[in-house]
Amino acid sequence: MSSSNWTTDLLSQLNNAEFYIVPSLLQNAAGSARSHGDKKGDKTVLWQIENKHWQQFSQYAIEQNLRWVAGWAEQVDTLFIVNACFEKQGVYLLLRTHVNAEKPELPSQAAVYPAANRSERHTQDMFGINFLGHPDNRRWIRHKAWLKNSYPLRKDFPVQGEPETITPPDLDYPFVKAYGAGVYEIPVGPVHAGIIEPGHFRFQAVGELILNLEERLGYVHKGIEKIAEGRTPESLARLAGRVSGDTTVGHCWAACQAMEQAAGIEIPPRAALIRGILAERERVGNHLGDMGAICNDVAFVFAQMQFTRLRELWLRTNATVFGHRLLMDRIVPGGVMCDLSDASCALIKKDIVQLRKELSEIMPAIDLNSSLEDRLYTAGYLPPETAAAFGALGYVGRASGRDFDVRRDAPYAPYDQTTFKVALEEQGDIASRFWVRYKEINAALKLIEQFIAWLAEGEILAGWQTPSAGSESLGIVEGWRGEITAYIRFDAGNKISRFYPRDPSILNWPALEKLVLNNIVPDFPVCNKSLNGSYSGNDL
Amino acid sequence: MNWLIAILQATLFVVLAPLLAGWLKWCKCRLQNRKAPSLLQPYRDLIKLTNKQPVVSKQASWLFVTAPYIIFSATVLAASVVPLIAVDLPTSATADVIVMVGFFAFARFFQALAGLDTGTAFGGMGSSREMTISSLAEPAMLMAIFTLTMTASTTNLSGVIIYLLDHGLVLRPSFGFAVFALILVAVAETGRVPVDNPATHLELTMIHEAMILEYSGRYLAMIEWASQLKLMIYGVLIANIFLPRGIAESFTAKALGYGLLAIMVKLALLAVLLAIAETLFAKMRLFRVQEYLGFAYLLGVLGMLSHIILEASR
Repeated sequence: MSSSNWTTDLLSQLNNAEFYIVPSLLQNAAGSARSHGDKKGDKTVLWQIENKHWQQFSQYAIEQNLRWVAGWAEQVDTLFIVNACFEKQGVYLLLRTHVNAEKPELPSQAAVYPAANRSERHTQDMFGINFLGHPDNRRWIRHKAWLKNSYPLRKDFPVQGEPETITPPDLDYPFVKAYGAGVYEIPVGPVHAGIIEPGHFRFQAVGELILNLEERLGYVHKGIEKIAEGRTPESLARLAGRVSGDTTVGHCWAACQAMEQAAGIEIPPRAALIRGILAERERVGNHLGDMGAICNDVAFVFAQMQFTRLRELWLRTNATVFGHRLLMDRIVPGGVMCDLSDASCALIKKDIVQLRKELSEIMPAIDLNSSLEDRLYTAGYLPPETAAAFGALGYVGRASGRDFDVRRDAPYAPYDQTTFKVALEEQGDIASRFWVRYKEINAALKLIEQFIAWLAEGEILAGWQTPSAGSESLGIVEGWRGEITAYIRFDAGNKISRFYPRDPSILNWPALEKLVLNNIVPDFPVCNKSLNGSYSGNDL
Repeated sequence: MNWLIAILQATLFVVLAPLLAGWLKWCKCRLQNRKAPSLLQPYRDLIKLTNKQPVVSKQASWLFVTAPYIIFSATVLAASVVPLIAVDLPTSATADVIVMVGFFAFARFFQALAGLDTGTAFGGMGSSREMTISSLAEPAMLMAIFTLTMTASTTNLSGVIIYLLDHGLVLRPSFGFAVFALILVAVAETGRVPVDNPATHLELTMIHEAMILEYSGRYLAMIEWASQLKLMIYGVLIANIFLPRGIAESFTAKALGYGLLAIMVKLALLAVLLAIAETLFAKMRLFRVQEYLGFAYLLGVLGMLSHIILEASR
């Protein structure tokens, strides 16, 4: 039984429906192969379709329970290439169509897949491609920083932008309105009382009950996609590491994986294991921080202090062993830039033992605290159907019963050699998202121990070879927030022509709007913290 | 002379309130396994705030800048009614416990108005929540206090304490209920965990802090100081009514000195208890506060009933 069964089924079904589909492979040295493993060649399929069938295809896709993964566009001369990525059973399908730049219009997939909503609006703002039949085609990432009819990701737009001397205030964004007796609006942010990233939240409430929440993001738009153009692989890896500071390993790995696939490079096994250790260390560090922050948001400061302390110790070991607390720029194209000595391995192992011991003391205290239980259970409920509709990823999806993990379902080195239990909870509330994180920490600690045990002497960096112009690939890794995809296309001369990183937050943020419904306003912060989306990763 | 001592006592109240806040913070920090700031930190914060230039919104009316002074003065007046180190002072004679509750209500009224004044969403939200909670807390508090005053047949706090001192250590079930009710109310009224979290930065969860979010500089200092004072008043009420030993009944230097020492020890112990409670509990969901204060009210009623049934016949 080939795992790509559903693609052949769907293909024949669509051919019967008179779709004109050109199945092909991503144009790169490694074919469509993921960097490692024996299942080479059947992980990512590329289908090219006519643009008039764009929306119809998504209807077939949703019937087949395909998950919408990502959507992006790029400009090649007078053509816009629009891509949408789908996944089922660990097999990724890249759907592609061409749109004429003269009259850039495309039927919307967001009408079928709610998950595609913001992504299409992003493409609309950045390229000026009109998505017909889009349920909500207000501007999204576009604030007032560039002119009305200029589109930053078109090739004629200058890299340095066209900034006005003073950006006008963004006052006229058409928020959803609510009317009726006793309904009032609470605008929150983008500047908050705590030191967090900027984002605006608009509540409609009756008394304390939340009727509707609307997010307005884009305040940390950095033009990552634009400034990626023309970079060398090393420079792009550094940029990818800054898409979202707390996911620097995840994004860097996804980008490097894509570039390596495009160039047909296999990284040495030792480098893959070290990458695994880095990613799992990032996961543990962030989960520890999050668990503390969730407790802090319900004023259970004791737990927060303990988790903050554990995270700090964890990060200090990062600094000692890898030379950077957050592990930034440790992954480079072709491998990693820091080796692990025996002493470092011993330190990491000692650290894990210590962390397990401390957690075994703290977790019962949290588990048995009834006042905490009262706050975390049943609050911020994300029903499995909603999680599925928005394609919620990572701990958010897994807390609502979505059993998906790239490390297991579409494994890449070093995860293709190991088996581990994917943390899963069914309740979909804040407590579930808390406990999923705890389970993931335990799984990650085991993985780190395994990877260290498997470390064999060897190279940590493979030589780079310049990929041919037009080489492209899709890097897919499981970051600590969930699946990260990074699309890369090379230009001639080892230069990047398109980089699109899709942070899991892009799919998780809309879930927040739904999971706070019927909660009360003062419970929003803890709901938000249990999801902990990245603003920077969303805004790009 | 008596007036001098009364003024001295009120001054002590005002001066010691930040120290109590500092001690409470110290205890909490130690219980959370971390280094604590100096006990004098609240004083430094107040000085820092006073020296800062306040920022006042263009939309603010005269009320916004006057309210901190009204709140502070009303709280100081409430403090002067409460016997701290000595009983039978002229200030206690002029006003009873109901006036004290009135002063609190007065301060809260202006606090809520000031919260609404700038027209920000958080100020209004905080005021609304504060009024909801106080409308439930005040009856519970009065119930608890009535239980005491029925025992002593006076609403004068000084009188209550003298009565209790004269009658020695008697086990009164009604007091058990009343003290518990008063503690619950005190936690709610002073904005402590599990009702409110004074240390939070999360605007949407705030109650007291949301109302004062727009304040800065000396105005904020005034309000912060008033909150510290309020915490101390509740502490002194609980300590001196239910454990009156040590309070000065004559105005000799020795008695007053003992009185000061006694109240400081009592408050320090109460603060330790509060710190432990704040460490053990997460903040409750906002709509649980009604049940919590309903329980406090029930305890007050039970206190009064047990007084009538068990104690009043004597």
